[in-house]
Amino acid sequence: MAKISKEEVKHVAHLARLAITEEDAEKFAEQLGKITDFAEQLNELDTTNVEPTSHVLPLVNVMREDVAKEGLAIEKVMLNVKSQEAGQIKVPSIME
Amino acid sequence: MTVFERTSAQLQEALKTRELTITDLTSEAFARVEKLDGDVQAFLALNKEEATARAAELDQVPFEERGPLFGMPIGVKDNIVTEGLETTCASKILEGFMPIYDATIVQKLRDAGMVTIGKLNMDEFAMGSSNENSAYKTTKNPWNLNHVPGGSSGASAAAVAAGEVPFSLGSDTGGSIRQPAAYCGVVGMKPTYGRVSRFGLVAFASSLDQIGPITRNVTDNALLLEAISGVDEMDSTSADVPVPNYAAALDGNIKGLKIAVPKEFLGEGVGEAAKKSVLDALEVLKAQGATVEEVSLPHSKYALAAYYILSSSEASSNLSRFDGIRYGYRSENATNLLELYKQSRAEGFGDEVKRRIMLGTYSLSAGTYDAYYKKAQQARTLIKADYDKVFENYDVIIGPTAPTPAFEVGANVEDPMTMYANDILTIPINLAGVPAISIPCGFENGLPLGLQIIGKHFDEETIYRVAYAYEQQTDFNTQTPALWEVK
Repeated sequence: MAKISKEEVKHVAHLARLAITEEDAEKFAEQLGKITDFAEQLNELDTTNVEPTSHVLPLVNVMREDVAKEGLAIEKVMLNVKSQEAGQIKVPSIME
Repeated sequence: MTVFERTSAQLQEALKTRELTITDLTSEAFARVEKLDGDVQAFLALNKEEATARAAELDQVPFEERGPLFGMPIGVKDNIVTEGLETTCASKILEGFMPIYDATIVQKLRDAGMVTIGKLNMDEFAMGSSNENSAYKTTKNPWNLNHVPGGSSGASAAAVAAGEVPFSLGSDTGGSIRQPAAYCGVVGMKPTYGRVSRFGLVAFASSLDQIGPITRNVTDNALLLEAISGVDEMDSTSADVPVPNYAAALDGNIKGLKIAVPKEFLGEGVGEAAKKSVLDALEVLKAQGATVEEVSLPHSKYALAAYYILSSSEASSNLSRFDGIRYGYRSENATNLLELYKQSRAEGFGDEVKRRIMLGTYSLSAGTYDAYYKKAQQARTLIKADYDKVFENYDVIIGPTAPTPAFEVGANVEDPMTMYANDILTIPINLAGVPAISIPCGFENGLPLGLQIIGKHFDEETIYRVAYAYEQQTDFNTQTPALWEVK
């Protein structure tokens, strides 16, 4: 795998919703390059017909009865909200 | 001297004879924190008022209504939510965060009559092996304050090793309970994946995370695991498997026990002292009637690469919830919503957390998904199969918990790969989902070493049996660091 470019780092930072400086982009390009180089060793493994494991327990769907329950009180839900008005969370403008 | 030298059974006896009250135990914890935590730096928040009031209430409960952990003080890692007690995951992004409910296990601690003393430092979002990645403070190793306590549950191990609290809870995603337990000379158990509810544990890597107990001896560890285990409707990955009476398995009898020792666990990079302490421990177990054979876990060398891809991928998804809207840090510098997300996260997360979010996002993104994420999941299948195969013929796998004792504060942190290499003995266990304990088994230059005992899925009972049999024949767990004796 090729080295990770600064442009790729910026694209990934956008996907991850992280503001990033030029300096950070350079640092991450180098560090991520090192880690992905290390990960290249997985290519030594023959994984033909090997099922991927996402989870170690043999769980499929865990179902429960569809019964309504009381939710959290609104005061609790709003306890950690930084900006609010009339029981609603305030955010900056969404559209230009 | 502190009464926390005693086991919980001895403390219960002292409560019964009225030598001590629960209020005394609670006061002792806060007094020890006051005296020692300036050096150890384990606690991020203290629960003094509530704990003091609760202790007075618990003192009124008749003895016949009390269980084995009733009135015992406990510290809780700061990634476990506690209603009304600040929970930060040692991150700036959660500074001042006040949980609005208790984790299931916090409720279980309450049901057992335990008293929460406070919240314990950690590497930010449990990402690290030294506690140096905390946004607030660097916890020190009680055995030598120039050394790290390990991580990410470093303060959970250090607080118990320093005798600030006799019990604590940690969480383990790639060794985060066992490695600090080894570094601090205490007993730390990572249960089987699914054994303990994760509801209220702030998620790092959901398919790997488990909460587990840290204590000064095996019996207390078994008691605490029993108290926090069990299926939970709030965590659909918690397993509906009966919880045994672990303490009942502690009879010291390991006659006929079959021990496997993987050659990969005693190979290159493992220090001589750690190696010798494990070989000595095997002799102790053989003398009690166990047999020991060498085996191989051939895919171990791939565990680290698979782990960093899988855990970072899961983390990048889990940590997307920190967006500055409903809770946590919100940047003042944003003029629109997208900027608000980006700025809040950039200003709130530390470097290591950002690095892993970036790695995870990269691994999951179009064009790299098959090469990294899927490949790592396939490697995980092969690693798990190694363990399944060994457990067809053996009861436990034994090795060192860490290749060396605790390193010095400030050592290695410049190079992420060096830090990662420290995890090589612990990570495959999380990928396989099996349970494992670390117990004290020696010292090198005055710093503790840990013995790791790994068991089959949902067979913590056999691990405790072996750990207890070993503990009965040795005195490593009763030794205390010099700062223990503070006046």
